[in-house]
Order: sequence, then C-alpha cells, then structure tokens
Amino acid sequence: MNLMEHMGIESDRIHFSWISSAESTKFVKVVKEVTEKVKALGPQQHFKKTDAKVA
Amino acid sequence: MLDYIDKIKEISKRLLKDCSVEMVIGFRRGTLPMMNEPCIARTPEDVDQFIWDSNCGINLANYLTNRKEKIGIVAKGCDTRNIVTHIVENKISREQLVVIGVPCKGMIDKYKINAMFTDEIQNVVETGEKVLVTASGKETSLNKSDVLQKNCAVCTHRNPVIHDELVAEKVEEQQGVDRYADVREVEAMDPQEKWDYFESLLSPCIRCYACRNACPLCYCPTCFVDEAKPQWVGKGQDPADVRTFHFLRAFHCGGRCTDCGACERACPVGINMRVFTKKLEKDCFEQFGWEAGMNLDERPPLDTYRPDDPNDFIK
Repeated sequence: MNLMEHMGIESDRIHFSWISSAESTKFVKVVKEVTEKVKALGPQQHFKKTDAKVA
Repeated sequence: MLDYIDKIKEISKRLLKDCSVEMVIGFRRGTLPMMNEPCIARTPEDVDQFIWDSNCGINLANYLTNRKEKIGIVAKGCDTRNIVTHIVENKISREQLVVIGVPCKGMIDKYKINAMFTDEIQNVVETGEKVLVTASGKETSLNKSDVLQKNCAVCTHRNPVIHDELVAEKVEEQQGVDRYADVREVEAMDPQEKWDYFESLLSPCIRCYACRNACPLCYCPTCFVDEAKPQWVGKGQDPADVRTFHFLRAFHCGGRCTDCGACERACPVGINMRVFTKKLEKDCFEQFGWEAGMNLDERPPLDTYRPDDPNDFIK
C-alpha cells in the first residue's frame, strides 16, 4: 500500500478494513466512507489502457 | 582495492587444487571498458583470468540459485547479504559454499562516466582513488568518489556479512550517510507529481527484463510477466504494463532487496528502478527494523508474524 501511494495512487483509493461477519453496522459504515472518499477523488485516470500502444 | 586480486587468485587456486570446491565464481575482464563479466573457474588455470577492480558490480549471488555442487564465490558486502538471503530461502545451503569475502570500497557508475564523454570510451584504468578515462585519444582523470554507483555512495554494509576467507582487512563502514534522501524527495510530491515522475522515469523501458535477470532475488522458474495462462500483465510497451511490471517486481523484492544496484547496472537504457525497491527497503527498515541478509538465523518480516507488527493501515 505504501508503494502504491509512493507511485502516485491517491491514498484515499486504497482501504483496508477488518470486519467480522457479525459487524454489519461497521460494514455499512466502512462502505459509506470508502465510497465517499473515492467519489471525492473522481474517476481513476491511471493504470488505464485507452488505446493499446503499439511499438 | 586493486591489490585484492592476488589474494583472490591465491585463495581460489588453493580451493580448486585441494578439491574443496568444484568451481569458483569471480570476475574477468569484459569486452568493453567498465563491463567486467562473471567468470566460472573450474580448474586452477582458469583462475588466471580473474580480475578485481571497481567494475565488478554484478551480483554473483545470482549464479547460486539451486546449485547442487560445492562452490567458492567471490563476494562483496552486498553479494554476501544476497547469499544469506539465498540460504534463508533454501536456494542453496551454507555447507555448499566457501565465501571469499571482499571488503568493498564501492563500484563505479558506468552511466555517469559515459555521460561525461561525447566520444566512445576506449579505456578505463584505476589507480587507487583516481579513475583514468581514455576517450578520443585524451586521458581524463576523475575522482573515484565522484563517480561511484548511486547505491555504493550510500552503502553502509561494505564488508562481507559472512565469509570463510577474507581477501583483506575489513574496510571502514561509511558513517552518517543519508540512505533515503532520494526516497524522501519522491515522498514529498503530491500524487499527480509522483505519477508523472514515475511515468517519465519508466518511459524509456523496452521490457528487456535485464533488471530481473540480473537480480539475485528474481529466481522464479516462471516469472509473472512470462506467464501466458493466465496472462497477468500485457507484453507490450503500454505504460500501464511497463509500470505493472516494475511495480510488481519491486514488490516481490520487498524485505529481500539489499540495494546491490545490479538491476540499475544491467539496464540498457539507464532507468533507476531502485526508486521502487528502495522505498520498500526504507519501509522495512522503519516498520520492522529489518535490513535484508544480515544474519542467517532471523526470518524475514514478510514470513513471520509478530503481535506488534504495524497495522495502522487497517481501519
């Protein structure tokens, strides 16, 4: 994750969480947070192949 | 460092003569200046080709993977750390090896020297702290300390970590060097700048995989980039594929990389891919207090669990 960030992927795009199957409320909370953060950043522009580069 | 060679030859010949090893891996002069190549000596006569100067940057630990015979190996500080990593990862056993330790004073950077001259370099001679370069008939004298390989300039483990023979007195380790200045420079950028930095860094990459082949850590029988079923990553020069290759290769070296500089040295287009591996090295050092290949008894951080492992990133 540190290397992803180091390489230029915004840290808000990467989330790790430990949620037990019994923790439904935590799950909802985390999903909400993640979507909010990612929406705020907008669409991911990196690591996308629009046209395949031919040599 | 130039006077080591007699001792290296003497030890190698002795080992081969009394049959305590089947081969000794060392260096011989390459066909171009500053390009010494690995050399495997199987008879005492072969040993006469051996050479030692500041162009022996290739990591010889790379030639030990899965070998079954007894081997003598000429090893600098970084090479011995990679030998330790090999032993820890069961790629060779300690009993098979006779490590001929070479206290190292750093290797010279052929890219840096090549960039200083417009004409082809015909000859490079070393005299202690000076490097004499002959290009277009003129001789130029350079200070060795100015043309050290980037990783050698910040090296803090010049002496062999393990050795059975030592060719000379241990050299003084460099004190107070800032090992991670270049990593911090990148860390200070914002995400877009970082992305662009790596984009321009990797743009000349031709996907020749010389970095992977020169790396002693990259010994997988089938590398993920060569795999066709499933094909993890595209084979072309698309920036996304190039980046995926470098990024994942670096990750595979996490907690194992000794910053020997073999990858950078092997690169035909001069990419400094050490900025990837070095970040991981820095993280391992800061988070686990780990430096790869320092002793045979400790397991690497990525294959052990400790209750106090840093886990702040898990929310």
